[in-house]
Amino acid sequence: MQPWPRFIAFRIVRLALVLIAVALVAFALAKMSPVDPINAYLGPDIAKVGPEQRALIAAEWGLDQPVGVQFTKWLGNLLAGDLGWSVTYNAPVAEVIGTRFRTSLVLMGLAWIFSGLFGFALGIAAGAWQGGWADRLIRVYAYVLASTPTFWIAILLLMVFSVSLGWTPVCCAGPVGVLPEDVTLVERIRHLILPLAALSILGIAQIALHTRAKMIEIMRSDYVLYAQAQGASRLDIALRHGARNAALPAITVLFASLGELFGGSVLAEQVFAYPGLGRATIEAGIRGDVPLLLAITLFTTLFVSTGNTIADALYRLVDPRMADPDAVQGAAP
Amino acid sequence: MTLLEIDSLSLHFRRYDRLFRHVEVEALGAISLALEAGEVLAVVGASGSGKSLLAHAILGILPKNAVLRGSLWFDGRPLDGTAQAALCGRRIGLVPQSVSYLDPLARNGDQLRWAALRAGRSQRDATRLAQPALQAMGLDPAIARDFPHSLSGGMARRLAMAIATIGEADLILADEPTNGLDPDNAARVLDRLAGFARRGKGVMLITHDLVGALPYADRVAILDGGRLIDVEPASAFSGRGDGLRSAYARALWRALPQNDFSLPEALHHA
Ligand SMILES: Nc1ncnc2c1ncn2[C@@H]1O[C@H](COP(=O)(O)OP(=O)(O)O)[C@@H](O)[C@H]1O
Ligand SMILES: [Mg+2]
Repeated sequence: MQPWPRFIAFRIVRLALVLIAVALVAFALAKMSPVDPINAYLGPDIAKVGPEQRALIAAEWGLDQPVGVQFTKWLGNLLAGDLGWSVTYNAPVAEVIGTRFRTSLVLMGLAWIFSGLFGFALGIAAGAWQGGWADRLIRVYAYVLASTPTFWIAILLLMVFSVSLGWTPVCCAGPVGVLPEDVTLVERIRHLILPLAALSILGIAQIALHTRAKMIEIMRSDYVLYAQAQGASRLDIALRHGARNAALPAITVLFASLGELFGGSVLAEQVFAYPGLGRATIEAGIRGDVPLLLAITLFTTLFVSTGNTIADALYRLVDPRMADPDAVQGAAP
Repeated sequence: MTLLEIDSLSLHFRRYDRLFRHVEVEALGAISLALEAGEVLAVVGASGSGKSLLAHAILGILPKNAVLRGSLWFDGRPLDGTAQAALCGRRIGLVPQSVSYLDPLARNGDQLRWAALRAGRSQRDATRLAQPALQAMGLDPAIARDFPHSLSGGMARRLAMAIATIGEADLILADEPTNGLDPDNAARVLDRLAGFARRGKGVMLITHDLVGALPYADRVAILDGGRLIDVEPASAFSGRGDGLRSAYARALWRALPQNDFSLPEALHHA
């Protein structure tokens, strides 16, 4: 077991290497893609611009330089805090990511918390009463949903609750024509419900399945047998031993699932036209907004890697055997 | 007073042989045994002879594929599933055979308190009883805040004894309580178990170490391959073992290193 300072230092170095690697690959992909940033920028005006003007724009953006030079220049700007200009939103990339992420954060954060709480509780119940009616119900729910694409769930929800029943709005984070800062809290929540449901339903299913598998393993352990010998009820065992021992794996899965959560939010935000980072990703892709796309890629990498690091750190904190370096010596008879 | 009576108990494991046929594999066969209050009954047998299964059968914590036949009686009443649920942790306590029976993520003090709660104590009583229970087993109350991994084997056994007795159990089932302990620690654990018997509890001392158990046991039951070979008074295991009734017990006794390894001869006479 390495000490904390080494653990943190190791993680930071690893994160830096991962980010550089991702930056390199993403940049190479953007360069190799058939999207021409100048065409994407010009849009419908493409016919009005002659070759001389195109060359001027290219020189202005540094596109006439060799790819290696372009990359180092971009990386240098990045390190200096300049993420570039988004042509899609006509604003600095950093600002676009900032506002978009704040919108997404509510959606993803709530979906994440719901997944953790409900998924964990359902998984514990299903595993502790394995084969019972609750277990069968939860299993069907989890397997069906874990194998259903998010966008499909999202479209289904939209069709049922917004189109047929008319209970929820069809799109966006607020009523059309109202400025974002004027949207009331009630309206915000009304617009959040469906994307949140689409995103949570899947997360809950995943955490529930993981927790159930762990719980079944726990129910076969010696310490549960001992609790039974002490006359403990199943509920007692589920709460005292099950929740305690299943918490670590569930937390790890939860933090490690941030990537899928982000992927899910891209699809859900697209279906519900929810103006978050996920939708910005698709917009940037369609419009060939290379600076925004690259920045989002790096931001996502940072986000997911941090999630994984937190999962590992929590694991060290919560498990007394891992937190205590003397554990191995102390266990001698 | 007869505390526990085991009447022609047999235990089989159901195993699926081919697709739809299942076979039963015998693990315990026709065991009849009684345990009196105030005595230490040693149950001696080699590894795999079914000692733990016997204890688990009494507690009603057998695996799902186990088929139990025969009957169990506790304090004159049938010890069926309902009675087991009511009595386990209260009047019957288990000292398990390894440290893995303690929850690795729960504090020692909590596990002790939970045992008291499971025995029907109130929250307040459980908290109040924990410290004296540890002290009675010669444990520092400070270990209540630690986790099981920091306990030595001997300390873990004594914590398990505190857990087994915090509900004032009348019958203690101790499964290999000295396994892996050095002689000093083993003696401390066995002393305490014998102490329970002196105070009127019944103790089933499960072990594979006949010699180690003899100074503390009143009677010795010998288990081999899931069958009860014989029950002998502990005092009969002395000298050349001429007081032993069964040939198997005599052979077992004479085969011990300190008793001149006379296995072949004993078997020939038997
Ligand atoms: N769940 C099970 N299914 C099948 N056989 C089992 C099971 N549990 C134990 N056994 C078998 O029963 C025998 C007795 O086991 P056990 O009581 O643990 O022995 P020991 O005397 O060492 O405590 C062993 O041979 C073991 O393989
Ligand atoms: Mg055993």
